[in-house]
Amino acid sequence: MVSGAVWTFDDNINTDLILPGDMLFATEEEQRRAVFRANRPGWVDQVHKGDIIVGGLNFGMGSSRPAARSLRNAGVAAVLAESINGLFFRNAVNFGLIALEVPGVRAAFAEGQTAIVSLDDFTVRNRESNIVLQANPVPRMLLDLMLGGGLYPHLEQKGLLEPRPGAP
Amino acid sequence: MGMTIIEKIFARASHQAKVAAGDLVVVDVDVSVMLDSSFHANHRRRILKVHDPEKIVVVYDHMVPAPDKMSAEGHVYGREFVKQFGIRRFHDVGPDQGISHAVVADRAYALPGSVLVCGDSHTCASGAFNCAARGVGGPDLLGAVTTGKTWFKVGDTVRYDLVGQLRPGVSAKDVFLHLAGTYGHHTNQNIEFGGPGLAHLGINARRTIATMGAELSAEFATFEADQTLLDYVRARNPAPFDAQNPDPDARYVDRRTIDLDTMEPLVALPDSVIRNSVPVGEVEGEKIQQAFIGSCANGTLDDLAEAARVVKGRKVAPGVRFLVTPGTQQVFQAALVAGYVQTLMEAGAVVTPATCGACFGGHMGVLGAGETCITASTRNFKGRMGDPSARIFMASPATVAASAIAGHIVNSAKIA
Repeated sequence: MVSGAVWTFDDNINTDLILPGDMLFATEEEQRRAVFRANRPGWVDQVHKGDIIVGGLNFGMGSSRPAARSLRNAGVAAVLAESINGLFFRNAVNFGLIALEVPGVRAAFAEGQTAIVSLDDFTVRNRESNIVLQANPVPRMLLDLMLGGGLYPHLEQKGLLEPRPGAP
Repeated sequence: MGMTIIEKIFARASHQAKVAAGDLVVVDVDVSVMLDSSFHANHRRRILKVHDPEKIVVVYDHMVPAPDKMSAEGHVYGREFVKQFGIRRFHDVGPDQGISHAVVADRAYALPGSVLVCGDSHTCASGAFNCAARGVGGPDLLGAVTTGKTWFKVGDTVRYDLVGQLRPGVSAKDVFLHLAGTYGHHTNQNIEFGGPGLAHLGINARRTIATMGAELSAEFATFEADQTLLDYVRARNPAPFDAQNPDPDARYVDRRTIDLDTMEPLVALPDSVIRNSVPVGEVEGEKIQQAFIGSCANGTLDDLAEAARVVKGRKVAPGVRFLVTPGTQQVFQAALVAGYVQTLMEAGAVVTPATCGACFGGHMGVLGAGETCITASTRNFKGRMGDPSARIFMASPATVAASAIAGHIVNSAKIA
């Protein structure tokens, strides 16, 4: 069970808004500071650890850059959106950010309300309105990666990558 | 029920008789393409083993030639990696340099019926080669490099049947702008292209359309394998392959016919291409400070030829920077031989070495505050090419070249 205060965003939120191009090769901390700086300046100072993003259609469209990691580093516990770009979703799985497609979620939440997410039955509840929505289930193999800190720890355990303590 | 192209490629690559939408497949990866960004100090992880060096291609493209010390350090690190694991297909700064997807096209590394991954979103470019090619993230790429496998969620497939033929002055980019403007995003869906119109659509045009599949948020954008494609690949790569065309009873979530004869020059307005296209005439007169032709989408020899045709004997308008970036150094050389480079430079264009450069706001053409650019590249997101207050219109190479001459957005037919 994951619950947190909701921040709402529109359709087609793209990777360049989450991780601007001139921050592509910056440090993770510099990248975190730049999240949504073009469309929502100051947001990184307002968001709290454990907060949840509720998005519209096609969330995370765009680049292969680790935008999901930036959201995770900004404290975001989960992204719930009407639909999620496939590449953003892969990065969410691989950087250990919970990301669920939840039809109806954008209209069901106002900013500041609380979302309660169950990964057992993939339901999302609005604590204030009590509306319950069904998310598209994430296959077990991917959910295990998502909740287990992503792909890198897995590759380290298999002796394929050199362990880097504290790294994503 | 039969299978689509992507389903057939996945069935082969996952050693199953049948794959359908909704499946999660674990597949053998035929080619993993690593970029200079894979070796940047702020991104890289030390790889202890690779699955098969013959299945790895390394291309330096985002920051080439190295514009800063950090990039240069990453390049040095990557060269050591290439040496350590005996990777033969390495495209460093030099005559083999280029944007990864364009290099893959020049060399036909993406074989029909195969699976290719790369750490860049426009990897779908190789869908033009009947290849299941997908952009993946950094961890995914290292997963494929070290284990030889990756996973895909199999989405529904939308089939586009192309008919007819593009008129002069109308290009593959306009076809994309039509698709994006009319149908919007294709999140979680595969796109499949085929039909009689393919006969009039060259490989470079198909590459432009396949590349832009990323901008439709498609999982894959794959073309049927026709004789034109098979001849192209066989002339460049002696490796055997098994092309996959769809079964007659393949299941499509939607089937749409695109009449190429009816396409017209379009422009995407700034910040997004999703349902944001208008005929050029609607934004005619919009003043520009930069015009750019390049990237994996529009750095082909055909794109340079079209730009040269439009600007021949004319001069770039005062106050406009016209930048042209060939997709590979090989394309650059071919454009030199064909005279396109001379024509472009005489008109006042700056022709740069092959790099992702300006397209992602990296270097060699970054936009300043309040500027307006018209681009034939991959993306027009807010802030994509530099300052977030810059406006980026997207169009075909012909429209961009004509606008560079006029100093404002204009239909290339108007200056012909």
